[in-house]
Amino acid sequence: MERIIFYILAFVIIAFAVASVNSRRMLRSVVYLAFVLISIAGFFFLIDYNLLAAIQLTVYAGGIIVLIIFSVLLVHHIEMRLEMASIAKRITTAVLCLVGMGVFIYTIHSFEFEMVENTKSTTTQDIGDRLLSYGDGGFILPFEVISILLLAAMIGAIVIAKGTKLMDKNS
Amino acid sequence: MSSALSITGNIHDWLYGAMPEWAASLVEMVLIALVYLGIFAIAGLFLVLLERRIAAWFQQRLGPNRVGFQGLLQTMADALKLLSKELTGTNRADTFLYNLAPYFVIISSLMALSVFPFTQEFQAFDINIGLFFLIAVSSIGVIGILLGGWGSNNKYALIGAMRSGVQTISYELSVGLSLLTMVLLTGTLQLSQIVEVQKSGWLIVQGHIPAIIAFMIFMISGTAETNRAPFDMVEAESELGAGFHTEYSGMKFAYFFLAEFINMFIICAIATTVFFGAWLSPFGITESIPVLGVFWFMLKTMLLVFLMMWFRWTFPRLRIDQLLTLEWKYLLPMNLMNIVIMAVLVWLNLTIKF
Repeated sequence: MERIIFYILAFVIIAFAVASVNSRRMLRSVVYLAFVLISIAGFFFLIDYNLLAAIQLTVYAGGIIVLIIFSVLLVHHIEMRLEMASIAKRITTAVLCLVGMGVFIYTIHSFEFEMVENTKSTTTQDIGDRLLSYGDGGFILPFEVISILLLAAMIGAIVIAKGTKLMDKNS
Repeated sequence: MSSALSITGNIHDWLYGAMPEWAASLVEMVLIALVYLGIFAIAGLFLVLLERRIAAWFQQRLGPNRVGFQGLLQTMADALKLLSKELTGTNRADTFLYNLAPYFVIISSLMALSVFPFTQEFQAFDINIGLFFLIAVSSIGVIGILLGGWGSNNKYALIGAMRSGVQTISYELSVGLSLLTMVLLTGTLQLSQIVEVQKSGWLIVQGHIPAIIAFMIFMISGTAETNRAPFDMVEAESELGAGFHTEYSGMKFAYFFLAEFINMFIICAIATTVFFGAWLSPFGITESIPVLGVFWFMLKTMLLVFLMMWFRWTFPRLRIDQLLTLEWKYLLPMNLMNIVIMAVLVWLNLTIKF
């Protein structure tokens, strides 16, 4: 059963990824991309890593895709079509993609994967403990660095949005 | 365990006895999906009727009361009418996206419906991140609204969709943060565990003041997230026609319409589960009869649904700038303060437990 679902998801991801690149209507390719991202969340559900699946849904499908749709809505008219690339460009891209795929497949096949009998699903508590632990294998430093980065980004966004108004008050 | 509740267990055993494993699990999945589709349709139709009757009551008229007893079959007849209507589309619209949009909305609300603990036994998908899953799934629905608005190639629809996007994205923050406040109390995201914690007092009692503030913020932002009045900027009739579903007709329109009502039900069900103890009876008066869990769950949810309808017919509509000011300048700072207060309460053990 899991094997069948895996193959369905893999097929959906590949089909929609190709469709997303090939579509000449911008919003359609965004929607195909959304399908790819949602199917990846499906993979995470399949390996019973629910937290990551929900994060994938919130951040990618709910956040990034909605932002992209917004920008398309603002700049793109419904009758516009994207330009076709020239043949030389297309051939170069195809060759590069094939080379990249070859490298990936070679690496994956030459790596010795270990089979892990994992029947326990990761709980949020484990992840939280690990994120805040400063012992061996703890992630407190990256966690704090990311918090500071996000804070800086937020303040930066406010400063940019306020624009000249903020500058006038300070001077 | 009573006999009525072990039905699901019996069916499960019988299926696995009569069929090979893969067929049994497949049949079980289909059965569960059908049950939830049934709940979806019936709840949607019933809520539409409830809304119309309550609107009539607030406006001192009778409302639909001719089809069936007290108009119970009115919405059924409406649904039949909508089924038989022609599906129109606009010229030069993006047909694929136009047709796809209702399914985004309806599938996301169906997925959200599957995690609720209606009673101890009746829960399709008891995932260990239940609450987070609900937030994640509800953030997908807005894609459908944006696509529908853009795909219909209509200015009103586009403006409606943009407003909806802005509104949903900003109010999602408040919904998430107010639920997070309550997670501080429970210490788990799994819905069945959250109910388990509430056996020593509903969370709104356990967390007293910050919990009540969180509940109020949740109801306000929940109303905004379902695009209902007083936050129905999306389909402000006087400005935008019908907003993002201006160009939809027949069953596709009905999908949007039903999904809106189901989303209201979902918001109220989340509030019931997180603040009011889901299927637990008040003071444990019917603890010996677990079948009544469904009754208590539905009763609490319906009371909250009534509260949301009360909002709708009481408050005038907000302007878009007032709406965004309310969220970013009032609710969000209050929410952040509230989380700190709640954390201090939990830390100092000041919660009320029976």
